[in-house]
Amino acid sequence: MNFPSELKYTKDHEWVKVEGDVATIGVTDFAQGELGDIVYVEIETVGDTLNKEEVFGSVEAVKTVSDLFMPIGGEVLKVNSALDSSPEVVNSDPYGEGWMVKVKIANASELDELMSADDYKAHIGQ
Amino acid sequence: METATTLKDVALLEKHKALGAKIVPFAGYNMPLQYTGLTDEHLNVRNAVGVFDVSHMGEFMVKGKGALDLIQKVTSNDASKLFDGKVQYSCLPNDKGGIVDDLLVYKINDEEYMLVVNASNIEKDWNWINGLNTFDAQLENISDDISLLAIQGPKAVEAMQSLTSVDLKAMEYYTFKIDTFAGIENAIISATGYTGAGGFEIYVKNKDAEKLWDAVFEAGKDFGIKPAGLACRDTLRTEMGFCLYGNDIDDTTSPIEAGLGWITKFTKDFTNSENLKKQKEEGTTRKLVGFEMIEKGIPRHGYELVDASGNNIGVVTSGTMSPSLNLGIGMGYVKKDLAKVDNEIFVKIRDKQVKAKIVKFPFYKG
Repeated sequence: MNFPSELKYTKDHEWVKVEGDVATIGVTDFAQGELGDIVYVEIETVGDTLNKEEVFGSVEAVKTVSDLFMPIGGEVLKVNSALDSSPEVVNSDPYGEGWMVKVKIANASELDELMSADDYKAHIGQ
Repeated sequence: METATTLKDVALLEKHKALGAKIVPFAGYNMPLQYTGLTDEHLNVRNAVGVFDVSHMGEFMVKGKGALDLIQKVTSNDASKLFDGKVQYSCLPNDKGGIVDDLLVYKINDEEYMLVVNASNIEKDWNWINGLNTFDAQLENISDDISLLAIQGPKAVEAMQSLTSVDLKAMEYYTFKIDTFAGIENAIISATGYTGAGGFEIYVKNKDAEKLWDAVFEAGKDFGIKPAGLACRDTLRTEMGFCLYGNDIDDTTSPIEAGLGWITKFTKDFTNSENLKKQKEEGTTRKLVGFEMIEKGIPRHGYELVDASGNNIGVVTSGTMSPSLNLGIGMGYVKKDLAKVDNEIFVKIRDKQVKAKIVKFPFYKG
């Protein structure tokens, strides 16, 4: 399993990539593996400003459904609309084509509360 | 209160680990959930042949002159109709209108039967059946000694024929033979399964499990044989509308409302038969139905079913994305007057009402 060191992670298995004041968010390689074959990604929060740990969407695999939580607070600027027709890229490329939302970072200090790749690996027992 | 118990291992656990299976605790056993991926395994069973290790299932032998009388008392279907080598789907009604378990009854001969029960209910069933054994039948729980492989799919017959002199193609659905299979004597070769894909279930002693597994994969290698985990066993059975104990049927659901009237025969006296007969005559207030999603969404166990105005009309008992149909499908109990094919119903998925329609079983028609 792959956990890029340049990303930050949450205990709920989201990853965060920071570019300026915008954070790109998706789910980790571990999460996609646990979920199995992903069939829907439902995100209807574009334009909403959400707090850290609020639900911004859900991801459905064949046998399970899981909520998606904001790793940080901010406005949801954009959703990866390619996931509507190809949700399986979350399985095949979780850190690339499988990204889910871009969020305008409201409070950069919240980024400090996220885990490093090593901390996340320890969290999932790897 | 339940006491903590140690998980049991199936005889082939190391095989599954070596194949990269994701192992999960299920019904008290460490079991392979999936190997390459649910969808891939599911479609391989539908299109070619897959092998499930379902050794967690329970097996009881019932012997003696009172064997049939005991089985007739505890089960709902009419076991007197069985001939030697015939299998019957049945259930164990409780005395409160519900179901202790569903099971298969194998008739070996007039004084020897085998009952195959759900792993999660082995102890409950054992106690229940023994409690009703006023017929001097001899019961033996052989669950821990038996391994069971389900070899399922349209190519199963062809792929397995080299392992036995029994003419597999000639075997009718729900019959079995006790014969040599993969060099293992006295294997039970059963034309049964829980997938609707056709194929066999092979019962052997634990000591022969590895030999069986290796021979099955060797024989099947030119037929696209692959291991299949419990996750796709569930999606396959759901596509057929087969009930799963603990989801669609349980201690509180009656066989009549669950659509199991066809295995509830009032040609004999059995546990709670008078009440169930009355229920069959008078009708039940709810009925187990199948439904397909019209709008995008996947029903899940426990989701509420509502009408167009949002009024509760029932509950989802099983639901999944159907890998064969690429559609959300579900089973659930619905108020009797609404339980009609083509009726529109709604599944409450989080805060939304998502449209579905009631359909006939099976969802997957092959």
